[in-house]
Amino acid sequence: MEVTTKSMPYDAWKDNEYIEKLVQELNANGTNVVVGTLDKLINWGRSNSIWPLTFATSCCGIEFVSLGAARFDMARFGWEVARSSPRQADFMMVAGTIVNRMVPVFRRLYDQLAEPKYVIACGSCAISGGPFRKSYHVAKGIEDIVPVDVFVPGCPPRPEAMIYGIMQLSRKIKVENFFGTVNRKQKQEEFLKEHPVPGVND
Amino acid sequence: MAKVQDKIAQLFPQATFTEADVLQVNIDKAQWHDLATALRKDPDLDYDYLITIVGMDWKTEMGCIYYMMSTRRGDDVISVKVTTDDRENPMLPSVYDLWAVATLFEREVYDFFGIIFVNNPDMRRLFLSIDWVGYPLRKDYDEDPKLNPISIESERQSDLTQSWVERDGKIEKIEPEIFKPGDFVVNIGPQHPSTHGVLRFRTAVDGETIKKIDVYMGYIHRGVEKLCEDLTYPQTLHYMDRLDYFSAHQYHHCLCRVIERAAGIQISRRAEVIRVMMDELGRIASHCLFMGTFCMDLGATTMLFYTLRVREQILDIMEKTCGARMTFNYDCIGGVMQDLAPDFQTDVKALLAVLPANIKEYRKVFVGNVIAKERMCGVGHLTREDAIDYAVTGPSGRASGWSCDIRKIRPYSIYPELDFKEVLLTEGDAMARFEVRLQEIEQSAKILEQLVDNIPEGEYCVKVPKMLKLPVGHWWEMVEGCRGVFGIYLESDGGSKPYRLKIAPPCLPLAGVVDHITEGMKIADLITIGGSLDYIIPDMDR
Amino acid sequence: MIPLVIDDFTGVSQAVHNFLISTLGWPSWLAVTLECVGVGIGLLLVYAILALFYILYERKICAYFQCRVGPVRVGPWGLLQSLADTLKILIKELIHLDNIDKFLFALAPYLVVIASMLAFAVLPWGNGLQIIDFNIGIFFLVAVSSIGVLGILLAGWSSANKFTLIGAMRSGAQMVSYELSIGLSVLTMVCLAGTMSVSEICAEQENLWFIFKGHVPAVIAFVIYMIAATAETNRGPFDLPEAESELTAGYHTEYSGIHFGFFYLAEYLNLFIVSGVASLLFFGGWQPLHFPGWDTFNHIMDFCPSIIWFLLKCFVLSYIIIWFKWTFPRLRIDNLLALEWKYLLPINLANLVLMALIIVLGWHIV
Repeated sequence: MEVTTKSMPYDAWKDNEYIEKLVQELNANGTNVVVGTLDKLINWGRSNSIWPLTFATSCCGIEFVSLGAARFDMARFGWEVARSSPRQADFMMVAGTIVNRMVPVFRRLYDQLAEPKYVIACGSCAISGGPFRKSYHVAKGIEDIVPVDVFVPGCPPRPEAMIYGIMQLSRKIKVENFFGTVNRKQKQEEFLKEHPVPGVND
Repeated sequence: MAKVQDKIAQLFPQATFTEADVLQVNIDKAQWHDLATALRKDPDLDYDYLITIVGMDWKTEMGCIYYMMSTRRGDDVISVKVTTDDRENPMLPSVYDLWAVATLFEREVYDFFGIIFVNNPDMRRLFLSIDWVGYPLRKDYDEDPKLNPISIESERQSDLTQSWVERDGKIEKIEPEIFKPGDFVVNIGPQHPSTHGVLRFRTAVDGETIKKIDVYMGYIHRGVEKLCEDLTYPQTLHYMDRLDYFSAHQYHHCLCRVIERAAGIQISRRAEVIRVMMDELGRIASHCLFMGTFCMDLGATTMLFYTLRVREQILDIMEKTCGARMTFNYDCIGGVMQDLAPDFQTDVKALLAVLPANIKEYRKVFVGNVIAKERMCGVGHLTREDAIDYAVTGPSGRASGWSCDIRKIRPYSIYPELDFKEVLLTEGDAMARFEVRLQEIEQSAKILEQLVDNIPEGEYCVKVPKMLKLPVGHWWEMVEGCRGVFGIYLESDGGSKPYRLKIAPPCLPLAGVVDHITEGMKIADLITIGGSLDYIIPDMDR
Repeated sequence: MIPLVIDDFTGVSQAVHNFLISTLGWPSWLAVTLECVGVGIGLLLVYAILALFYILYERKICAYFQCRVGPVRVGPWGLLQSLADTLKILIKELIHLDNIDKFLFALAPYLVVIASMLAFAVLPWGNGLQIIDFNIGIFFLVAVSSIGVLGILLAGWSSANKFTLIGAMRSGAQMVSYELSIGLSVLTMVCLAGTMSVSEICAEQENLWFIFKGHVPAVIAFVIYMIAATAETNRGPFDLPEAESELTAGYHTEYSGIHFGFFYLAEYLNLFIVSGVASLLFFGGWQPLHFPGWDTFNHIMDFCPSIIWFLLKCFVLSYIIIWFKWTFPRLRIDNLLALEWKYLLPINLANLVLMALIIVLGWHIV
């Protein structure tokens, strides 16, 4: 199955192997026709309507603003409905460095997002700590704090790279299974079990 | 300068003087408060603007260097060095009663070095959490992550502040409450759409009216100053892009200048012109984004798209020459990284051609709007005296009538040759702060106009030794960033890495003044005021 | 019994009624019940479709103001964008909060939706296409549209969150104030019409719309109505209750999934309703544009079906309200209340007197 979006040739994607593997995993048990069709409908809705959370800590956030502006216009894809309340957003673009003091806040924001929720680590700071990796007060990548779906490298990534990153996320959502079989949510549950927050019931 | 030195020597015979680029007075800590009072209040001295307090750890002793300026005499900068031998329990007298901004600066020094300022009413940590172990900028700081692990548990909060006061010759610690009992405290931030990043206000409100604001910073404190101590001089430059990412060129310019001065490097005129042009282009881009985000905070989203149109055009120019849209890393020691792109001049001219129409449009769309006037006029009023007291520089200070443009009062680079006006308004409200920036765009355009056809030929970067070592000493440099006075204190022990690189950002005092000017205003005004001050959180947190 | 439909469409509905009773031999109550269910389903469908359309409509208009293109990727010209959003929001998790009043928390979004749905009942959709037509139609409309504020207040209160509480309080103050303006400007027009029945108001405007008939007071009433209506729907520049940059998301900060979806839809539906009421009161409801004496012109205008006329008027008026939102900065709460109590209310009262005078003196165009 070739997973792609409108007007993007399949070969234009850089990491098709990953998605193909994911599809294989998901379809290992096989799905029946009704569920499969319903899944497709749901995934069509979800993958075409990913609303970001207004969340930015530093430079990458400004490029995210540029992404919303007229030149790059993320509204074309329907991503412009940036919600300020985490309850209503679908994904979190972690744009900027996450420092020690921000970690609990950041984690709480993630916990407040409603399912299905996704995280994009945007920029080298969010991926690994970037130029501040050696600092005493910087988290070395957000992967230890929340499960990450897509990494967008750059310092800061260009808006085009961000578009590509969100499109990749959309592609990942397209192969999710809402009914039965393995799906992403289980992976997330495992993650949350490994990284529990006292007092928070996920 | 000699006059000032004589006067101080006459008042305080024990004081010694060190000649550096800025006159340095060395004083015993017992006499420091008296000297500070004289410096602040004596009509012959009259140092009313405290630029920054540089915390220092010289291994054997610890101390502070205070940089201050007299606004009446313009370019007169003086520094005072106060030290203490006690590393276990270092204490210095506070000067919070003389300069309002000192409260904040002293908290910063306490946070980094553990120096307690006696009598300062608010001696909490500024950037780090209250349970942080150790003082990171001390040379003997233990960086073991086990001591300060990354925790996903919420940090401990306290409703108490702490303060060390002197009573009957004895110093004792007291813990007053931050808010009055019964206050309704709303937590605004760190995740909030219009704190411009991750700043946190604990706001005591009475209905919609603000009673008191307690500012929490450090949600993006990345320890740049400490990081710089482990890097060679050319490497430290990268961080300047990531402080105030809109003033990237100016900050680079500042650090390059201080290193070049220390190393005795003379750069070519072409490089100077290119640097100034980039500074001004950056200023226009920054002010454009300011107008957009500020209007968005007020609810007029559409303005953002109009201002970003101009900004994108500038970013295109930058991209062609610097190869990046945001973190340019363009100025380097000895000049600039690369020569200008071939069509740089045409692009700048194209930009200058569209600017006036755009500015006219911004005025028409926003400034003339009756709602915008209601929201901005008279909101967040800051007097000139308070602006100086709280060290609110840049466009925000100039909106209060304080002539604080470093390009004019302490001209650097080729600014003395250029014809431009320092925009000064006297209203001191949000509208004035908006208007100043609008007019500064025009002035920056004027500078660009003068330079665009006069870029001299020559090398864009002079030869600099690969392994740059600076002589022993310390240097101070200031430039005008997009948001105010940006200062750098550089101390070298003769190696290839800075012994201490202190960054004095303009945005820290901007956040410090919020509580003062929001009192009695509405919650909506807090957003207006915050937007009009235009602070950049990574800049204040570093 | 209240006549279900009148005039043009009376034939259709009467035929259905007759078919059910005479041909199928159903008892009258069964036929009426079935008709009610049918109308209800139709209403829900229209409600959903309009909401979808309006969301896209606003996003496209806003994009147009901001030199952008807006949604274009999902479906042809982005037409399916709001459908995708709805699908997503339907199956999004509903977050259950601890330590809140769960009943009120769940009730609030339904109140808001019900308020806007009830108002649909009396809108003049087309010639005779009206669900209920009773003699106090306008009064009913004003009454049900103020139920919405209860939902918002409850949402803010029951979320146990300081931001939502401030949002709800703002909303309460705002809605109660601007209800006055709406009421008074509606009253001004009712004066002119001499009736509160929606169908009669429409009928009165057959030869000329009220905005032309009523001279200056009608125009003043229209301007005030538009301002108050914008405030009533919580839209910019009066979107204080949900002021994004101040209160995160205002009263619905804690709502997720379809609960939030209800608030989101109700906002757009309310936009439609206030435009509908404006078109009813000032622009003849479903009546085509007629001028006395211009017979050929009037005849040409009649070619356009009445339902299209009504929708078109609504869309144009909504466009103006959307235009406000994307142009003006937000007001502050004290400006907002000052605008209502110090300016709009006195002007409105004077306007009402003026209108009464004009009618008494017979200066209006009959």
